Amino acid sequence: MKRKLEISELVFKVIAYTFLTVFALLCLYPFLYAISASISGRHAVEYQELILFPKNIQFEAFRDMFGNNQFWNAYSNTLFLTIYGTIWSLVIAILGGYALSKKRLLFRKGFNFFLVFTMWFSAGIVPQYLNYLATKSVFNSVGIMDDKWLVVIAMGMAAMNTILLRNAFENVPSEIEEAAIVDGASEFQVLTKVHIPMSKSTIATVALFFAISRWNGYFWARQMISNNNEQPLQVFIRNQLEQYTDLEQLASWTKDYAADSVIFALIVCSIIPILIIYPFIQKYFAKGTNAGGVKE
Amino acid sequence: MKGQAGDYLILDQATGRYREDPEQVVRDDVEKHYWLHVGRTMLKDWRLYVMLVPTLLVFLFWRYMPMYELLGSFKVNDVVKPVADQYFMGFSNFKALLLGTGTSARLATEFWRAMRNTFLLSFYGLLFGFPMPIILALFFNEVKSDLLRSGMQVFTYLPKFMSTVVMTSLVIMLIRQGSPATGAPPGIISRALAGLGLITQETAQNGLLNNPAYFRAIYQISGIWETAGYDSIVFFAAIIAISPTSYEAAQIDGAGKWAQMRYVVLPSILSTIVIMLITRIGSMLSIGYEKVLLLNEENNAIYQTSEVISTFAWRIKTTQDQSGMASAAEMMNNVVGMLLVIGANTIARKASNVSLY
Repeated sequence: MKRKLEISELVFKVIAYTFLTVFALLCLYPFLYAISASISGRHAVEYQELILFPKNIQFEAFRDMFGNNQFWNAYSNTLFLTIYGTIWSLVIAILGGYALSKKRLLFRKGFNFFLVFTMWFSAGIVPQYLNYLATKSVFNSVGIMDDKWLVVIAMGMAAMNTILLRNAFENVPSEIEEAAIVDGASEFQVLTKVHIPMSKSTIATVALFFAISRWNGYFWARQMISNNNEQPLQVFIRNQLEQYTDLEQLASWTKDYAADSVIFALIVCSIIPILIIYPFIQKYFAKGTNAGGVKE
Repeated sequence: MKGQAGDYLILDQATGRYREDPEQVVRDDVEKHYWLHVGRTMLKDWRLYVMLVPTLLVFLFWRYMPMYELLGSFKVNDVVKPVADQYFMGFSNFKALLLGTGTSARLATEFWRAMRNTFLLSFYGLLFGFPMPIILALFFNEVKSDLLRSGMQVFTYLPKFMSTVVMTSLVIMLIRQGSPATGAPPGIISRALAGLGLITQETAQNGLLNNPAYFRAIYQISGIWETAGYDSIVFFAAIIAISPTSYEAAQIDGAGKWAQMRYVVLPSILSTIVIMLITRIGSMLSIGYEKVLLLNEENNAIYQTSEVISTFAWRIKTTQDQSGMASAAEMMNNVVGMLLVIGANTIARKASNVSLY
């Protein structure tokens, strides 16, 4: 009996370890390849000579990119959208989530439904596009000419995030809130002094959800921002990709490195900030997924 | 019942006398002056409602107003006028798309093709994409070294944090076509697949993304690469919540590894699996348009397998200015999608007493 047990366990372990190792490496491989390809020599990249490690190392692709104003422009636009967008969405979600967490709010069920319905039914991209166009003309008519503010204000709100915050605020013990009220705290102070400090980790999670979706935002920025100098990094990457994978373009390519290296260098630059903060934010993401079960 | 004195009188425990029930008086008052009472309560908590206003406005303007634009699907397609000023024309846009009468025969064919692609992409995602995170979670549970396991988990979550643009750029670069002019070979993954004999050299050379036969596989495999690790978190959390005594009891009964899997682990995570499956079915029709657009933008050659409803609507809006038709297509997609969500949620509630929304 004991023997049989050991064998089945061993077989399972071997399968598990092999599978996981292969899968984890496959997950990582495209990124490693991107790094290698961005610093390899022209011939090696164009003729696909590298498999994992870089060949004929050059840093010209990166050097030229860092010397390119458009790149820094796109990067700063992305920072603008991420920072202001996250603050805007987070403040609204915290205020809304707090109000919805209070049982004494009249028509609470109705307000909840108002949010949750948008998770069930979305109008789709064409009506949304028409809506954003209308918003844009309203913004322009009141003097907001910078389309980046349109992206910051009109986009990126998600009912899910408000509901995550509402659930976290609901779990704050009412005794503490009552004690604060007895001490003379106003509604706003209850929120800032009691609920926000007690729900720090959920707020961090939600802030990260907002920040990542802003950092990665592409489609609507491309559609709605008319000035090319205002476009974020993701749009810049895509434009470069479309430009450089065009085979006719390649014929007139005279640099010492391959055109592909430019794309890979851009990809590396776009993921480096995420890689740097990734170890710190990883646990919050795991938490956010588990808190995803919504109840009403 | 009102007007009877007894309704208002209760026995006061302290004095042993009957007195008026203050709560009943209030209840009565509320009933008589309902809206006045609502107003008074709201006024007392006005700060709460002020806090709610930004959320309500944001959702009204940029989630509900687009739904109003959907009304365009019932109207004459006139690009110059706003939706409100257009004439109602009933269901003719819907009819044209579904039945393809007269001039819209071509559109109807394309609509049904897109409908089919939407369903197939979701269905294959369910078939291949759904089991993967569960398998990963089961295997992660076998790795007893915390350091090794969290190392592997970090690697597998990583693709989830890449933007769709970066993800699709990597896919495009790694399976790009070769160049006959310079003799450059195709992308590294294409070459690996050709080397393994899974595709022919010629297919690899012409570019996998130019071949309609491979779009679905590319979509699913890149989807698994992107999300399987991250999605395994939920299942892994359910597995580590199982008490070690359950395993011990099974071992004492002589259960081998497979029997433990079957009789201990699977039943314990079944409710999580059911909930995730139902959520997945609920969102079946909301194929991410961004990924599809980025993988096949302007590439007519693979529309036959790659075009889904939302990208079809986007194309007929942007290239033919058919807002009404586009809205009608999205309307049908979204109504069916909503029915799926509600149906899935109802089943979830019945099956597991857990409601998702």
